[in-house]
Amino acid sequence: MNASGRHRVLLKRMLLTCAASFVFCFSLIPIYTIYCEITGINGKTGTLSPVAAGATTIDYSRTVKVEFDAAVKSGLDWEFRPKVASVDVHPGDVIEVMFEAINREPELIVGQAVPSVAPNRASLYFSKTECFCFTEQPLEAGESKDMPVRFVIDPAIPANVSTVTLSYVFYRNEHATQRLAQSAAAIDNRVL
Amino acid sequence: MATYATTDHHEDHDHKPSGFFERWFMSTNHKDIGTLYLVFSLIMFFIGGAMALVIRAELFQPGLQLVEPDFFNSMTTVHALVMIFGAVMPAFVGLANWMIPMMVGAPDMALPRMNNWSFWIMPFAFALLLSTLFMEGGAPAGGWTLYPPLSIQGGNNVAFVIFAVHMMGISSIMGAINIIATILNMRAPGMDLLKMPVFVWTWLITAFLLIAVMPVLAGAVTMLLTDKFFGTSFFSAAGGGDPVMFQHIFWFFGHPEVYIMILPAFGIVSEIIPTFSRKPLFGYQAMVYATASIAFLSFIVWAHHMFTVGMPLGGQLFFMYATMLIAVPTGVKVFNWVATMWRGSMTFETPMLFAVGFVILFTIGGFSGLMLAIVPADFQYHDTYFVVAHFHYVLVTGAIFSIMAAVYYWLPKWTGRMYNETLGKWHFWLSTITVNILFFPQHFLGLAGMPRRIPDYNPAFADFNVISSVGGFAFGITQLLFAWIVIDCCLRKRGAKATSGVWESAKGLEWTLASPAPYHSFTTPPKIDDRMLAHGDVSH
Ligand code: HEM
Ligand SMILES: [Cu+2]
Repeated sequence: MNASGRHRVLLKRMLLTCAASFVFCFSLIPIYTIYCEITGINGKTGTLSPVAAGATTIDYSRTVKVEFDAAVKSGLDWEFRPKVASVDVHPGDVIEVMFEAINREPELIVGQAVPSVAPNRASLYFSKTECFCFTEQPLEAGESKDMPVRFVIDPAIPANVSTVTLSYVFYRNEHATQRLAQSAAAIDNRVL
Repeated sequence: MATYATTDHHEDHDHKPSGFFERWFMSTNHKDIGTLYLVFSLIMFFIGGAMALVIRAELFQPGLQLVEPDFFNSMTTVHALVMIFGAVMPAFVGLANWMIPMMVGAPDMALPRMNNWSFWIMPFAFALLLSTLFMEGGAPAGGWTLYPPLSIQGGNNVAFVIFAVHMMGISSIMGAINIIATILNMRAPGMDLLKMPVFVWTWLITAFLLIAVMPVLAGAVTMLLTDKFFGTSFFSAAGGGDPVMFQHIFWFFGHPEVYIMILPAFGIVSEIIPTFSRKPLFGYQAMVYATASIAFLSFIVWAHHMFTVGMPLGGQLFFMYATMLIAVPTGVKVFNWVATMWRGSMTFETPMLFAVGFVILFTIGGFSGLMLAIVPADFQYHDTYFVVAHFHYVLVTGAIFSIMAAVYYWLPKWTGRMYNETLGKWHFWLSTITVNILFFPQHFLGLAGMPRRIPDYNPAFADFNVISSVGGFAFGITQLLFAWIVIDCCLRKRGAKATSGVWESAKGLEWTLASPAPYHSFTTPPKIDDRMLAHGDVSH
């Protein structure tokens, strides 16, 4: 092959490598998500379904203390707290606790809670079957709302875990907030 | 697309394009483009340096004196972007352009028109980046690492920075492809891979690193762009994304990037030390394999930049040990340089002074790197001036010292004239003394807890900051001397005429060409004589 032919082949291969590496960059997002789900890090928890959770046998010989923590991202004027600071639970028992959020902002805000479980080695044994973090939470100005979390701890949880902390941070979901505000404005316009 | 060369029609005489515009703007000649890169890099070095002096002036005393905090943060951000992408990387690409065809016995780069493109994208990229300084809302101020959410809370500067980074990335990728094509396809017959000069080897590996990671950076900033302007939530927790994700992706690019800025430096020093020790390079093959293993390891250590994000213990241990492992091939290199000098009949012309200075001071940076690699220690050092001291030792007394060494070493070959050796020695000693006054106290500041990227500080840190600022201004002024020496050599041509060999025992193909090197390098492939190679002891 002559020189320019060889250059062209090489150029093509290099450009393909670049393209592959660009695609790889975006594929890191699902790769990390899957990795976190498998290892239970970064707030990823167990995945027992509500039915399976109800059917687990309760281990009355053990109690695990579950503590609750709630925070609001700075710049968002919401109050947010658990109704109880902690509960003692038997593994296998389905427990429901309440969190309360109050919107102190002068307008409708859509919030999104992001959960996290500590310690890491407990998170895969901790399953939420119902949680306000599964959906967006729209709160009118001044509205307060009680929100349930239902969870179960897998009896297989390592014996040396005696305390689990479930914590949430509430963020303002800008896009959802804007979308709601716009559709509300559209409805107002129709009334007029 | 005709980006490939038609290299076989050149005659022996220099037919440079006539006319300033044709010569410099439309050039496809590897030497002209190399010169453009080097001049561009020098200008960026002074622009970035001026920003550094704004930072050091503000930090001269505790309290807020000279600039607004926001502007201060812009200075740290833009200083880093300008120095990394505008000064260090283009300087190495410029050296590659000048030297690689001469070192492998080729007439020019493989893809000359693409070469012209890859240079001329750069001025536009930096015009975009620097224009943000004059915009409403100011330049980006969230740090060169562009961590969200902070980095995308700015105004329009966000879009400008992202497009500038895209363009720099395209330019680097094209430069890298060109270098790979030149090295793999254009070597003179007999120039086997394991006979290539170490500088060529290090650039080959660097070019592969560039192709692997620049697209990752491009992807990461593209996600920032869509998060800011198009409603995606890659890195926004409220929308189901994760800001820590950005750090993982960024450092997957970022750590190989720091090796992109040091591997060519290793190559330069491996050329210079044998010449002035009058001995072949010790352990040529070990050098090549060490470079390759450093490049490989650089892909599996990225999380040492983010030990404090809350990683599982297993992850911390893995990244700690992987990071420490890099010190092994790096140590191989340092010992090989020392062994090359051992019992050599050494002389200390300016290039050698910078090369020896590099070996000692870069190693100090390596040691502080090892300290940072220790997870529990890093929890204390992270985001303090200790990190700042670390990376300035590896980048200023590492990468930049090697670039200066290279300029002094090859300047006579480029211009046909010797530079002013006395001034060169002054430049070295002043630089070495002032750079240590500038950065050494920053280790102490970091250990005492002074955070980086903050315009004000506790008065307890005042003394070391005064010393550091004085060193900073002295180092900055000293670099004017460098500019003068280069201008004096290139334009005033007062120095002695250089012979083709220039240095008493310089080995390698570039020294068989006349000085100044003819406009077109090897129009007929040279005959390779093993004794003329810098590592004449190769035994294979
Ligand atoms: C033995 C080799 C090295 C080791 C073990 C090492 C280790 C580290 C570690 C652990 C950090 C993170 C510190 C922190 O943020 O807490 C760091 C930061 C850094 N290193 Fe190194 N390093 C080494 C060599 C180099 C080289 C050769 C370069 C560049 C030429 C370099 C450039 C940097 C830069 C630029 C940063 C800071 C990035 C930032 O946060 O802005 N390092 N290094
Ligand atoms: Cu690193």
